[in-house]
Amino acid sequence: MNILVIAEPSTGGVKAPTLTTLGAAAKLGGSVSLLVVGPGGAEAASVAGVAKVLSADGAEYAHPLAENVAPLVAKVAKDGGFGHVLFPATTFGKNVAPRVAALLDVQQISDITAVESADTFQRPIYAGNAIATVQSSDPVKVVTVRGTAFEAAAATGGSASVESVSGTGDAGLSKFVGQELTKSERPELTSARVIVSGGRGMQSGDNFVMLDALADKLGAAVGASRAAVDAGFVPNDYQVGQTGKIVAPELYIAVGISGAIQHLAGMKDSKVIVAINKDEEAPIFQVADYGLVADLFKAVPELTQAVG
Amino acid sequence: MKILVAVKRVVDYNVKVRVKADNTGVETANVKMSMNPFDEIAVEEAVRLKEAGKATEIVVVSIGPAAAQETLRTALAMGADRAILVQTDAEVQPLAVAKTLKAIVANEQPGLVILGKQAIDDDANQVGQMLGALLNWPQGTFASKVVPGDGSVAVTREVDGGLETVELKLPAIVTTDLRLNEPRYASLPNIMKAKKKPLETVDPASLGVDMAPRLKTLKVVEPPKRQGGIKVGSVEELVGKLKNEARVI
Ligand SMILES: Cc1cc2nc3c(=O)[nH]c(=O)nc-3n(C[C@H](O)[C@H](O)[C@H](O)COP(=O)(O)OP(=O)(O)OC[C@H]3O[C@@H](n4cnc5c(N)ncnc54)[C@H](O)[C@@H]3O)c2cc1C
Ligand SMILES: Nc1ncnc2c1ncn2[C@@H]1O[C@H](COP(=O)(O)O)[C@@H](O)[C@H]1O
Repeated sequence: MNILVIAEPSTGGVKAPTLTTLGAAAKLGGSVSLLVVGPGGAEAASVAGVAKVLSADGAEYAHPLAENVAPLVAKVAKDGGFGHVLFPATTFGKNVAPRVAALLDVQQISDITAVESADTFQRPIYAGNAIATVQSSDPVKVVTVRGTAFEAAAATGGSASVESVSGTGDAGLSKFVGQELTKSERPELTSARVIVSGGRGMQSGDNFVMLDALADKLGAAVGASRAAVDAGFVPNDYQVGQTGKIVAPELYIAVGISGAIQHLAGMKDSKVIVAINKDEEAPIFQVADYGLVADLFKAVPELTQAVG
Repeated sequence: MKILVAVKRVVDYNVKVRVKADNTGVETANVKMSMNPFDEIAVEEAVRLKEAGKATEIVVVSIGPAAAQETLRTALAMGADRAILVQTDAEVQPLAVAKTLKAIVANEQPGLVILGKQAIDDDANQVGQMLGALLNWPQGTFASKVVPGDGSVAVTREVDGGLETVELKLPAIVTTDLRLNEPRYASLPNIMKAKKKPLETVDPASLGVDMAPRLKTLKVVEPPKRQGGIKVGSVEELVGKLKNEARVI
């Protein structure tokens, strides 16, 4: 069985979502090729469990536009006779994978959380309120992989061969114009060991400084609920939930977050959940291991002091 | 420019979804149904573009049961001009939805198709991108800003690291994210007016699209339940538990 894993584009080292997608590939069992679109092909050769790195570093991939990347992936998948094409369920993977699936005329399987066999997978539906087991009848399985559900492959120890593949050219449909990336020295949300998240209860973006201070003490990433993002307290990439990022850190501290289903969908697989909320009836307490009914403006500075 | 908007009828986002006892799916009988929230955002964006003079006509389309007429009427009340229901009681998976939309696009020739980024029932996040591939049109997914220009549209996208802006040649696909706009509520007079707007029902067979499902659902179960925890009385007690009991700090 030949498996093609598409790497998360990177300008510096192999990204965590690539490693967890390789973790899912390992569950399938078979020979794994890793397609690196853009720079970083040589670096990826040391990842454990990869037989071959396919490097497509043409100028048309300077920015991973779906219109250009999808035909490449479809071609590589066809030419190599791959039965599985796995993407990380990141905004990159979610953007490109369905385009590939349609080019191959197959029904994609989104956001898998378990591999049962070569054609059967588990995936959450309805904001994680149900888990479906689905079986694909398509000749090629195009899959996106939920990173929190699989163990990451080791970044070192492998010695894959690196083969360069020619690009499929610029489709001439789209252009990259610019980006506004959130700058942060903190760990990435989806791979952080600890996350401190704030909700509408924070009242303003300025008050997030309090969470930053706590996060700095704990080496944590900072996240947020949709309400906090909608209100403009923090940028969109902080959003945890059904339609934001899915996280499962060892410790998740929810501050001033009520615990709507859509938020829980993104964090309820965390190992330990702490909730700080002044409303003792808040649904977040139903999933919290440790709940503190308190005014966050008092409790958070105290907590920051106490963990120091 | 004509805009086509795809809307799906789904279980309302406020409903606590329950898995059926026989594990074949989730309970949908006697459950409140609504327009997929991302599709409300899609309709709103189309209406705003029309109000700004950038669009001439808005056609909304849904693939689903007769009851999806209700969803289409909501879109008409928000400001869409015309509706198409591709009526079927069968399960229609994202690839088949995309193929059906492609057939509608061939008839309607829109300059822009706006969809939600994700249906909150199947949580697939696929149809817009698939339609883009089938039509060989560019796609601006997870949009938080849409600015039509001359022969192109600039779309700002919500991505994992922040925001990204791309320029797409028209015709193009856009899928909506939460920050694109805040959908309006339809006013009573507009709800009344919507009843008179045209709603055409189409037999899927007439479109010549292969709608057979490719995925078989073997079973649907409840997710593992989290053990309820405890309430702590103070920050001090919390820190003690985290250090000595959970050992996570
Ligand atoms: C299609 C769709 C997708 C969605 N996707 C997501 C998603 O991905 N992620 C997400 O998070 N949400 C999502 N939502 C929104 C979700 O339904 C909730 O509206 C949102 O999570 C609420 O955010 P919140 O808990 O911060 O705000 P609220 O529900 O308003 O809760 C604020 C909490 O703060 C507490 N509080 C206030 N002041 C204090 C204080 N001084 N001290 C302590 N506690 C205080 C209050 O008691 C309250 O519990 C989505 C909704 C829809 C319709
Ligand atoms: N049955 C349907 N009828 C009309 N539009 C749909 C249907 N299913 C999905 N869509 C559109 O495709 C988007 C993404 O859906 P999905 O890929 O299923 O998550 C939705 O937000 C709708 O805009």
